[in-house]
Amino acid sequence: MRNAQALVLVALCIALGLGLMFAKVTRLGLPLVPDQVEQVASIEATVEFKAGNGAVVVSLDIPETSENYLRLDEYFVARDYGLNIETKKGDRRAEWSMRRARGMQRLYYRAELVKRTEAAETADALAAAPKWPTKPDYGEPLASAIEDLLSTVRAESANVFTFTSQVVVAINDPGSDANIKLVRGNIKPGSEEWVQRLVYVLAGARIPARMVRGLILTDVGASGLQLVPWLEVHNGDRWEGFDPVTGDKGFPEDFVRWSSSNAPLLTVENGRSAHVSFAVTHYSRAVANIARSRADANESWLTALMLHDLPVSTQNVYQVLLMIPIGALIVALMRTVVGIPTLGTFMPILIAIAFRETQLIWGIALFTAISAFGLMMRVYLERLRLLLVPRLCAVLVIVVILMLLISLLSEKFGLVRGFSIALFPVVILTMVIEHMSVVWEESGPMATLKEGLGSLFVAIIGYLVMTNQYLSYIMFEFPELLLVLLAMFILLGCYTGYRLTELVRFRDLAVKTDAVERT
Amino acid sequence: MLSSVRKLRAAGVVGINQRNRDYVMARNPRALYALVDDKVRTKQLAHDAGIAVPEMYGLVTTPHGAREFEQLLGEHTDFVIKPAHGSGGNGILVCVNRRRGLFIRADGTGIETGEVEHHIDNILGGAYSLGGQPDQAIIEYRVKFDPVFDPISYRGVPDIRVLVYRGVPAMAMLRLPTRASGGRANLHQGAVGVGIDMRNGTTTYAVRYDRRINEHPDFGSPLADRVIPGWDELLLLAARCQDLAPLGYLGVDVVLDQELGPLVLELNARPGLAIQIANGNGLGKVLGAIDALGPIPKDAAERVQLTAAVAAQD
Repeated sequence: MRNAQALVLVALCIALGLGLMFAKVTRLGLPLVPDQVEQVASIEATVEFKAGNGAVVVSLDIPETSENYLRLDEYFVARDYGLNIETKKGDRRAEWSMRRARGMQRLYYRAELVKRTEAAETADALAAAPKWPTKPDYGEPLASAIEDLLSTVRAESANVFTFTSQVVVAINDPGSDANIKLVRGNIKPGSEEWVQRLVYVLAGARIPARMVRGLILTDVGASGLQLVPWLEVHNGDRWEGFDPVTGDKGFPEDFVRWSSSNAPLLTVENGRSAHVSFAVTHYSRAVANIARSRADANESWLTALMLHDLPVSTQNVYQVLLMIPIGALIVALMRTVVGIPTLGTFMPILIAIAFRETQLIWGIALFTAISAFGLMMRVYLERLRLLLVPRLCAVLVIVVILMLLISLLSEKFGLVRGFSIALFPVVILTMVIEHMSVVWEESGPMATLKEGLGSLFVAIIGYLVMTNQYLSYIMFEFPELLLVLLAMFILLGCYTGYRLTELVRFRDLAVKTDAVERT
Repeated sequence: MLSSVRKLRAAGVVGINQRNRDYVMARNPRALYALVDDKVRTKQLAHDAGIAVPEMYGLVTTPHGAREFEQLLGEHTDFVIKPAHGSGGNGILVCVNRRRGLFIRADGTGIETGEVEHHIDNILGGAYSLGGQPDQAIIEYRVKFDPVFDPISYRGVPDIRVLVYRGVPAMAMLRLPTRASGGRANLHQGAVGVGIDMRNGTTTYAVRYDRRINEHPDFGSPLADRVIPGWDELLLLAARCQDLAPLGYLGVDVVLDQELGPLVLELNARPGLAIQIANGNGLGKVLGAIDALGPIPKDAAERVQLTAAVAAQD
């Protein structure tokens, strides 16, 4: 009954812990391995113009949100210019201004983008349906040509999206009839004008459509990265993109939406020959890092369970603190499953933490030397018949003196490089000595030696595990694993099997049954 | 390794994890520990219940009291000083005589009054208590142990540990001090543990440091087939202890005084597992047999009857 309850608790803890971890891995792309890198696209828009006389105002369309890409960060580089960012109807514009500018001016905008783990519905795509456009007055003969086209397509399509697709395909058909030729005019397919024309034609069927512009990151031609116009149509529920040439639904995979309005990309007051050019560079960044930025940018609820928002000093504390339960797991395993005797329950963990500050080899040397010497002093103090607490304090003073001597000597002779002394090990060592002397009195020198060595052994294992880079990364990024550890401790608490050392202790009894079986 | 696990299981050997979870935690309510951990309370309870214990001469609770311990002694020239919350026979000072202002210890050496006072101070300061808690020092009757164990006991007090499970004496062993154990009947300090046949109180096997032996390490005298006098009386005494501290898994330490017969020295809420090595028999089988008995009679004498029945099943 008790076991069943414990097992349910264990299952719950494990499910919750691993579930949260799974969510972090899949939703945020938080990697299970440290130092993993992912490609970040850094897109730079460069605005160049010749400044005229008087105040200059530059207005550049900048990207808002994109279906496939997440903006981690953005930078505006323009010396001496004032900056103002305006957001209007899902369109953002950067407005740089300066009272006086002279000569060639160059302004930069840079956005750091990373692929989303799953395509997101942008707020704009889900925004309320735009008004139905009124049917334009095309004028003859265009009016009847468009009317003809639309009625043919309407017969062959089921909804707004298939209708749009069919219209685009029809208009793009090169060997088409005179009507289509008339609708196409001399516009180059795929150009901005072409998309505007498609919007114009679709208005004839009272379909809300608009032109969006974006960059296809993989499509870097000879003239560099170019903004590509795309057609977007609203079906009453949401916007959907269409290839203006093929009529295919959707956006290219590497499409970064730059603007969703017909407003000019760039306007410059008091400037001549202004133009904007785009460049993209890719670089690698630690995936864990990106995942954190991604969680922030997404405003995911999982950020509440991530430690990177804490102050750095607190984070450092947790780097250590989160490893303590791992150390405790080692102690629990060593004591209940292996059966190694230790001084106290958590003393080996404390020793292991002290090792972090002294380094392993020095830690072991210090531990052995100081505890041996301290114990000797303790035995001498015993002869003086001192009361318990002052005697303990006397041991503490002796430990501090020993530490001081070691530090001074090593400094003087330059023996030890990078030997750092810290507050913590002093306290730990004093406690070790006191513990040892109590065991000495209660159970004799053999037990003291056994427990001392046992503690040292467990502390060394604990130190090696607790300073493991991988484990430390996992625990820091996925603190929910504490629940899994909790489950493991509950399981260990239910363990009633033999300890490994008991197999040796009771071996005479095992031999006896063996003999019985043989007879 | 797995095969040795199987063999131990087949022999019914109980491991420390199982003892803690299935016997100590399941059978011994935590609140009752105080009854047995505090020897003053145990003594009081035993006295009230008419269970024979060594007489307490006095209790020292303050350092000032330590200076005046001789007044508590009165006419007694031999006595024992021990911590009220001690464990494993630690902190026990045995004084067999007083001669020329010196207190003569069990090993024949003499110590001054000041050293005795310091020992009491240490006890009061918590040097021998669990967790270093401040403690009290008991001054009590020194057991004049029965000479029956003289050939197999090196000084100190040999005692008999009876494991009482659900009120039924389940297993017992005789613990004999050795030179290595410093005259203490403490198995992990090197004392000898001798298994006892529960039916007739005859010694069977012996172990030291968890290994089987046949002779006493100091005297070379054989350890098996010795009869413990007053065995039935001893079992009844042990069984009655369950009434004063209703712990299902109880260790009762009994000594044999040559004049007073069996006396209960102390009770233990977490008796160890060496008893099964000493008896060459897994504890699990015996405890399982007692569990299989169903309801256990209230009367201690009836429970002692069950002991023989369970032992006969083996």
